[in-house]
Amino acid sequence: MITLYMMANGLPAFFKLGIKEILFCTEWKPTAASPSFGILYIILTSAAGTAAAVVISVPVAVLTAVFLAEIAPECLARIVRAAVELLAGIPSVIYGLLGLMILNPLMYRAEQKIFRGSEQHQFSGGANLLTAVLVLAVMILPTVIHISETAIRSVPAQLKASSLALGASRVQTIFKVVLPAARPGIVTAVVLGVGRALGEAMAVGLVSGGRVNIPLPFSSVRFLTTAIVSEMGYAGGLHRQVLFTIGLVLFGFIMAVNAVIGGMFAQNDGQEE
Amino acid sequence: MAAVKIRTDQLNLYYGSRQALRNISIGLRSGAVTALIGPSGCGKSTFLKTLNRMHDLIDNVRIEGSVYLDDMDIYGAGVDVEGLRRRVGMVFQQPNLFPMSVYDNVAYGPRVHGVKDKDRLDRIVERSLREAAVWEELRERLQRPASGLSGGQQQRVCIARALAVEPEVLLMDEPTSALDPVSTIRVEQLIRDLKKQYTVAVVTHNMQQAARVSDDTIFFLGGEVVECAPTYRMFSRPLDRRTRDYIDGRF
Repeated sequence: MITLYMMANGLPAFFKLGIKEILFCTEWKPTAASPSFGILYIILTSAAGTAAAVVISVPVAVLTAVFLAEIAPECLARIVRAAVELLAGIPSVIYGLLGLMILNPLMYRAEQKIFRGSEQHQFSGGANLLTAVLVLAVMILPTVIHISETAIRSVPAQLKASSLALGASRVQTIFKVVLPAARPGIVTAVVLGVGRALGEAMAVGLVSGGRVNIPLPFSSVRFLTTAIVSEMGYAGGLHRQVLFTIGLVLFGFIMAVNAVIGGMFAQNDGQEE
Repeated sequence: MAAVKIRTDQLNLYYGSRQALRNISIGLRSGAVTALIGPSGCGKSTFLKTLNRMHDLIDNVRIEGSVYLDDMDIYGAGVDVEGLRRRVGMVFQQPNLFPMSVYDNVAYGPRVHGVKDKDRLDRIVERSLREAAVWEELRERLQRPASGLSGGQQQRVCIARALAVEPEVLLMDEPTSALDPVSTIRVEQLIRDLKKQYTVAVVTHNMQQAARVSDDTIFFLGGEVVECAPTYRMFSRPLDRRTRDYIDGRF
């Protein structure tokens, strides 16, 4: 249903403008006299932003999950787990506000230092890709931690005992036996984390600046999601159709991520390295 | 009589307030197979796990008394537990291979202990699989996932994995209870062969198995050792009435 609806509303713009004009063109001027609807930079921003957030977040999350499941005494684990759940419950707009108040000023200061005297750089006032990445990284932590912990806990105790009985230390056992055995669950956690990061609109909308740009750390950028959210209110006609196309692209993106990561995993499983 | 490899002295073990082992003072002879028999819950598996300190992993377990490996008290101060477990290996009831290839499973122990050289690992893997009588069946499938093997093959690979770190003692906790009869016979044959190089202790529910594979037998009941004797003697002329009743299947 959803797929059909998205296609019905997203495809017409492709036919009118051509796939190349939309996907591979960098100019986004939907309200100009002769409008152009190139969303390449927006796509790249979403891809780069999500990838960077996941790269930062997943190691932290998996290590936290290991700590909760294997190392921490139960009383401490309960406290940390409660904190993680709280993190999951915070509305995304609040993350955005926090990013706006705390990260953006810091970023602006860093920006002023790094680009002092630079002529090409457009100052973003601190609302940039890097801030969005950091906010996203924090936002997907709870999901990844929670699912990874469940996966780690479901590794049979016998498997751990076997490793220890061979004289392996606890740390060796965790990294060489427990994590590989929990891999299917951790992969699921990462896929869900990617999905959440790709789909997040509110927080990144607040902290990322919103100008369509090449995704560089200190540039003001626009994500697929934020483009839809911020423009849908006033868009009409072709512009509106293209926004639906962006939705379709986002939709396809998430499907592709699921398939690719799932496929990578299936392949690894076959070889069992 | 051969030298004693492992000796326990007044060993007591408590799960919380419940006492699971009472005053166990016995010895395992070097180069012999010792069978630990007794009804469920008698403490035989619990006892086995005290010999390589597997109870360390569980909260709420308290141990009194001493266990000597050669002359070292393994519960003494400053004992290197990982080094101990390397000398005293263990095979569990359920075959529990790691989710990796056969080769990586067997090479796991040596790698953990720092062996990196590929040739040396190859030799260790081959030797261990040969000793576990599973080399000929698996030599072409070393790089395949271990999960594809039959239960009997998996258990013998588990034994190979334990042998790969060159332990002095091998503890086996009902190693055939999850296996079919043919695999059971092969593993029993293997246990008899292993005593040439290793001191073996095997927990079993199966009287015939104890009679077939062991040199000595220890009979546990209610957390105590009732009788400890050479197997042929215990099975032909048990000294204690309770031993006779158990061997005759009256429990």
